[in-house]
Amino acid sequence: MAFLNLSDICVSYDKKHNVLEGLNLEINEGELVSLLGPSGCGKTTTLRVVAGFIEPVSGKFMLDGEDLTKVPVHKRNFGLVFQSYALFPHLTVFDNVAFGLKVKKMNKAEIEKRVMEIIEVCDLKGLEKRFPANLSGGQRQRVALARALVVEPKLLLLDEPLSNLDAKLRINMRVEIKRLQSKLGITTLFVTHDQEECFSISDKVAVMNGGVIEQYDTPENIYSAPKTEFVARFIGFENFIDLSKKEGSAYSAKDGSIFIVDNGQDKDVCKGTIRPDNITIVPLSDNSENTVSGTVLVRTFLGKTYQYELETALGKIVVNGGNDELFETGQTMRVKLPANKIVLV
Amino acid sequence: MRKNKVLGIYTFIVFAFLMIPLLIIVVTAFGEADIVQFPIKGFTLKWFSKAINSQSFVSSCLFSFKLAIGATLVALLVGVPAAYALARFTVWGKGLIKGFFLSPTIVPGTVLGFALFQVMIVKMHIPTAVGLFCGHFLIVLPYVIRIVGSSLEEFDFSMEEAAWTLGMGKIKTFFTIVLPNITSGISAAFLLAFINSFNNVPVSMFMTGPGVNTMPTTLMGYLESGFDPTVPAFSVLLMIATIGIMFVVEKTLGIAALSQ
Repeated sequence: MAFLNLSDICVSYDKKHNVLEGLNLEINEGELVSLLGPSGCGKTTTLRVVAGFIEPVSGKFMLDGEDLTKVPVHKRNFGLVFQSYALFPHLTVFDNVAFGLKVKKMNKAEIEKRVMEIIEVCDLKGLEKRFPANLSGGQRQRVALARALVVEPKLLLLDEPLSNLDAKLRINMRVEIKRLQSKLGITTLFVTHDQEECFSISDKVAVMNGGVIEQYDTPENIYSAPKTEFVARFIGFENFIDLSKKEGSAYSAKDGSIFIVDNGQDKDVCKGTIRPDNITIVPLSDNSENTVSGTVLVRTFLGKTYQYELETALGKIVVNGGNDELFETGQTMRVKLPANKIVLV
Repeated sequence: MRKNKVLGIYTFIVFAFLMIPLLIIVVTAFGEADIVQFPIKGFTLKWFSKAINSQSFVSSCLFSFKLAIGATLVALLVGVPAAYALARFTVWGKGLIKGFFLSPTIVPGTVLGFALFQVMIVKMHIPTAVGLFCGHFLIVLPYVIRIVGSSLEEFDFSMEEAAWTLGMGKIKTFFTIVLPNITSGISAAFLLAFINSFNNVPVSMFMTGPGVNTMPTTLMGYLESGFDPTVPAFSVLLMIATIGIMFVVEKTLGIAALSQ
């Protein structure tokens, strides 16, 4: 059995419809797992169930072989970092970090030792006597992290901890979190809606939608091989083409054109999807399979490249590229969807 | 610049409008004549000594002080948890409950006083002092709920949750995390509630009786029978006491703490 085990968790706020619909999740010891999804998908609710703020209507939460479903928050010994940091404004950095140890009635010398250790690790040296109001966003974040880690929790929970930081600091902090997490080997559950953040930091990612986990896999697999249309859309796939299986790895689109797909599936009818970056522009005379032509509806300058929205016989197709040759609105373009880049969902 | 000048004059006029009556009272307290007059003839301190030596003034003032402190403290004991519950939980009919708590500030004081008098004194024969205390508690409770409530609305309740996750129980968390962060609201509520009880006339008028008199009703009674400068003299003493309190508050908490 895995270290952390959520089985058939149902949560309902109004007793009529469920926010979580029989959610299952397994996390191995020492892993950092992200819950990724749009707002309202239930990721924060899942975290709050684990933390103990919400008691599920049904289901079981096991940690390290112990059933914690009904154990109250303050007896769970988890570290939690909030989106708003939730530092205690009337206490100094030292007292904020020492809070959990003081609650445990640890002796003074031991508290002093452990707090100074974690302050060192979290790069907060020299700030012990400051109050949270006199800290920068990144420093507050680190204090919140230190406060959660100093009690040596069984589980670290992070609730969108980076969303209040500016872009550069966010990248530094996520590297920092990953470094601390792997150094201390602490099992971590991380909630985010930012896919880049989540991919860069996680061992595994659970993409959530409508109260269930749609796909639970490594970041690489989720990025390159989404299993459902929702996951594909959420991580940046934009073109969805209805396909039906012909023979072998050949599929036909609704206008009869043939698409070869390397990673086929056994379904007869499915959707082929591809990222705008992976589509290549080919000469109009190219008549090989996996190509389609269309007229340019909109051209958008993205900085690195251009994005074209094409009207084709297979529906709208979004393509990135074309720096060598500029296409104008209304012009005809022919594009190729490489067989190894198409994913079937 | 021109605009600033106009604003300056305007501010001065408003300020003068507020200050002149107070100045007149201060000045009349020193007049020698047996009636309050302005400008005064002569200069004396005898009205001050009369005010200080008046048994009814001093005892009613002390009584009002005790009453106001008592009513305010009980209102805090009741009002702070109520405000907390209203801010923390989604209570059914929250708006209605909030409106209900504020109703004593909407109902005219005279009506409230009369109603309390009818129920508590006439029907239930509750002792005057107890009735008076209940009346004052009722007047100040809405201030407490309102002011503490607004400072709780700015409180980030995830702090509370953070303390829970660090192993602290819910009740202890309220005292160690929530209370210290709403002290400015509580002290503002204390001051406003105290002042409202201490100065209250309409409810006290109905609820006082033989041997039980608050400071404002004693002053009213005195003014009805005569009009010598004892009342202005007494008012000057109260003003000095108030300024003293404000000075202490400013030095310890800062006046800004009260307006937060």
